Amino acid sequence: MPDWSEPIRKQLAELKLAPEREAEIVEELAQHAEDRYRELESGGVTQAEAQRIALEETGGHELLARELRAVERTNAPPPIVLGAGSKASLLSSLAQDLRYGIRTLRKNPGFTAVAIVALALGIGANTAIFSVVNGVLLRPLEYPDPGRLMLISEATPEFKQMSVAYPNFLDWRRESRSFTDMGATRSDDFNFTGRGEPEHLSGEYVSAGLFPTLGVAPFMGRNFLPEEDRQGARCATMLGYLFWKQRVGADPNILGKALTLNAMSCIVIGVLPQNLRFREGAQVYVPIELYDAGMLRTRESHPGISVYGRLKAGVTVDAAQAEIASICSVLAHQYPKTNAGHGARLVSMKDDMVGYIQSTLLLLAGAVGFVLIIACANVANLLLARSTARQREFAVRTALGAERGRVVRQLLTESVLLSLGGAAIGLLLARWGTKLVLAAAPDSLPRSTEIGIDPYVLLFTLAVSVITGILFGLAPAFHSANANPQESLKEGARGAGGGRHRAESVLVAVEIGLSVILLAGAGLMIESVWRLLQVDPGFNTRNILTTQVALSPKVMASPGAIRLAYQQMLGRVAAIPGVQSVAITSQVPLAGSDSEIFFWPGVGPQPPQDQTMSAMFSIVTPDYLNAMQTPLRRGRFFTEGDNLASSPVVVIDDVLAKHIFPGQDPVGQRFSIMVLGPVQVVGVAGHIKYWGLDSDDTAKIRDQIYFPFTQVPDKFMSGALVGLTLMVRSGPEPLSLVPAVRAQVAGPTQDQPIYAVRKMEQIISESLAERRFTMLMLIIFAAAALLLAAVGIYGVMSYAVTRRTHELGIRAALGASRGEIVGIVLRQGVRLAAAGIAGGLVAALALTRLMAGLLYGVRPADPATLAAVALLLGGIALAACYIPARRATAVDPVIALRCE
Amino acid sequence: MEDRSIDREWKKGSAELLLLSLVEAVPRHGYEIGKLIEQRSQGALRFHAASLYPLLYRLEKRGWIQGRWVEKSGQRRRRYYRLTPEGRKVLASQRQGWQTFVEAISRITGVENA
Repeated sequence: MPDWSEPIRKQLAELKLAPEREAEIVEELAQHAEDRYRELESGGVTQAEAQRIALEETGGHELLARELRAVERTNAPPPIVLGAGSKASLLSSLAQDLRYGIRTLRKNPGFTAVAIVALALGIGANTAIFSVVNGVLLRPLEYPDPGRLMLISEATPEFKQMSVAYPNFLDWRRESRSFTDMGATRSDDFNFTGRGEPEHLSGEYVSAGLFPTLGVAPFMGRNFLPEEDRQGARCATMLGYLFWKQRVGADPNILGKALTLNAMSCIVIGVLPQNLRFREGAQVYVPIELYDAGMLRTRESHPGISVYGRLKAGVTVDAAQAEIASICSVLAHQYPKTNAGHGARLVSMKDDMVGYIQSTLLLLAGAVGFVLIIACANVANLLLARSTARQREFAVRTALGAERGRVVRQLLTESVLLSLGGAAIGLLLARWGTKLVLAAAPDSLPRSTEIGIDPYVLLFTLAVSVITGILFGLAPAFHSANANPQESLKEGARGAGGGRHRAESVLVAVEIGLSVILLAGAGLMIESVWRLLQVDPGFNTRNILTTQVALSPKVMASPGAIRLAYQQMLGRVAAIPGVQSVAITSQVPLAGSDSEIFFWPGVGPQPPQDQTMSAMFSIVTPDYLNAMQTPLRRGRFFTEGDNLASSPVVVIDDVLAKHIFPGQDPVGQRFSIMVLGPVQVVGVAGHIKYWGLDSDDTAKIRDQIYFPFTQVPDKFMSGALVGLTLMVRSGPEPLSLVPAVRAQVAGPTQDQPIYAVRKMEQIISESLAERRFTMLMLIIFAAAALLLAAVGIYGVMSYAVTRRTHELGIRAALGASRGEIVGIVLRQGVRLAAAGIAGGLVAALALTRLMAGLLYGVRPADPATLAAVALLLGGIALAACYIPARRATAVDPVIALRCE
Repeated sequence: MEDRSIDREWKKGSAELLLLSLVEAVPRHGYEIGKLIEQRSQGALRFHAASLYPLLYRLEKRGWIQGRWVEKSGQRRRRYYRLTPEGRKVLASQRQGWQTFVEAISRITGVENA
């Protein structure tokens, strides 16, 4: 018996029926063919002929397929008809919308590409900024229960936050009941010797309770024990993970071995975990009680100690603050000389780290949001233009019974698809953009290592893209859905009426307005940075090399040897060809270091703390003013003769001179300095803007006192060494002298490294880094906004000219000159731009006030800046209108009229 | 030629009526239906499988007839179609319509012949 099924199945193949249905039909028809075959055969027809006839009748000549197609088609999924979906579930109609949307977008690759690129730029920039905001501001610190970690600082009426005197810390820790524990820490440098080249390490002196307070468990070994955090205890040290990994070769048996730090042999007892980001990663940690006892035991000195506490469960910040305040007032009573007027201030550890940059980042987040809105407005305009082209499509659908809601949904699906496409590319851009932001960001940007694309960033991007998709899709969608099908279906209909053009014009005006705001922000920042660069810092910033030096451990034992070592070092460096003068200072201007000292008029005993004054205090060598090229106003500067054998002298700056010796000659006057006692003024120097080009004028403490290095008493010598910096004034480019300086500092024993080598100009530049970063970002955003707005107004005007071809043709036919035609078009564009600029200026007046804190020497509502912005935008808008206007003059009246 | 033109007319106008009539009394399978049409029309009407079955499916889809696989011993299973209650109503109405149509034609052609 021949096989009937296969030929029949072949006939059905093109119908693509469901398999079960196909099998049923094949079986039935095969049965029929077989019946027919038997009949023919029994009637005397040859087998071959019977088979041919049976097959031909069953499926021949494609009749079967044709007939079946008509019947079985009704089995297939219903054709996609918008508005016909009342029966279909929401999900399947959504799938339908998606399929249809993708098909529509693929049919218009040009439109789709332009829209996706605009959105990708907007979403990418937003994602990049958000990943910075997320990493820095939003993500909790990587400690257990980080919300309970507080930084506790001392506070005086002058200083809202100052470092803590160690005995005060001990009292707080003992008396307070609000905290599970407290820990103290102090950054310091360590000389690491005994393993090849001497090396300078960044380190922290920490109290034994610090890491338990933070909730940090060591990666290896253990935390410090209380008995190791005692004066006179054998030095123990914990290593930072990177230091352990890179500098001691990830030695698994490092525990129990000794490292030589500051000439002390320290036993390694632990290695900290890799993810520890405490104070941006010290290399070594040593118990704080091993720090210089002189500084540690007195309540007078506040040697840069920070105190962290972990709030007990259920204790509020306010309650803890009140408790610490009451402890402080008891201490102020007990020790009026040192503690009068000293309170304490609690701030969450995270706020302490990131609080200062918060306003900058939020400002940028807002600015970049504007860029996205502008991109959205552009895409919305594209969609509006396209919706006119699609008017007939929607009219047909509406006529066929599609509901308005369904048409709107279809369009919104398309716009969300667009924005999701933009988001996908935007994410790639963001990865790159985040790197760019980080490269531009100041080095001091806290938590920068925690910035990256994490699930929150992805979620943000997804949310932003869906929201923007709906945002820019809404106007065009309603516009299309509201179209009157009858009008639109008429042959030659010109699409939507005024509604669309109004919407388009509003969108462009909004774009221009937002660009005004961004440009104003960028302009104000540029002006601020420019003005800051004009500020005279009080010294010549060019050709100064600054470097820190670590003295040979061999000389560290005796103050006399230290003095001699510095003196010889200065001599060797001064002899380098190209070096004009060289000095040592304990404070580098604008570098962020600060050291203040209490002083009082007269030579009497120290009055209570709240009756003393504070001044910036610098320990310097005689050539300091020469090296800085800071003017000496009166008297003299220090000489080698100012030493321990002579009576203590100081040089003050002209601010302090006016402050305590108004109308008198300060030279020869005496006043008193904490710890050092009475001093005599031998000279007055010009004021140097230590605090920063911008903040020095408004700093609470501006008085400056210089003290000769050679008069530092023995007992303070080791403390005075902290942060001593070599300032080298050079003829040639300062960095070219680095090898010679390194060689001369190293000295005969070759064990004195230099580190933190920088030009003064770099320090100045870094001091402006945050502002420059804000400026750069705002310039980028404003440029993007300007570009998008220009494209937007150009698009709208081009379209307007096309639409008015007929009218312009008539005007030309009636004798309008080219100039008049250009004028007509330009007027329309200028009206649009003027409305946008006016709105933008009003908004800019309100919004730039938010960045007042970032500005210098310019008011937020600076008329010159705003005027410049308005002119710039007006000019660009005019240029964008001029091209279509020129095209309008080329309209041939005959052709224009024939169009009808 | 003449045969085929009558064939086409029939299919176009009244094939549905034929099929419904044939399964009115007893359920029948497709081959049987085709054979019966050919026999009872004395060969004037013939349905090929290629158009018969799609028509059956169409009627089934409309709910006028219902097909069911039936297995008889020693044979392959076949699909038998029977009239549904709805199909019965349709059949009645189509018969009525057809009758009216034929009478009208007869009257016209009869008058002209007379």
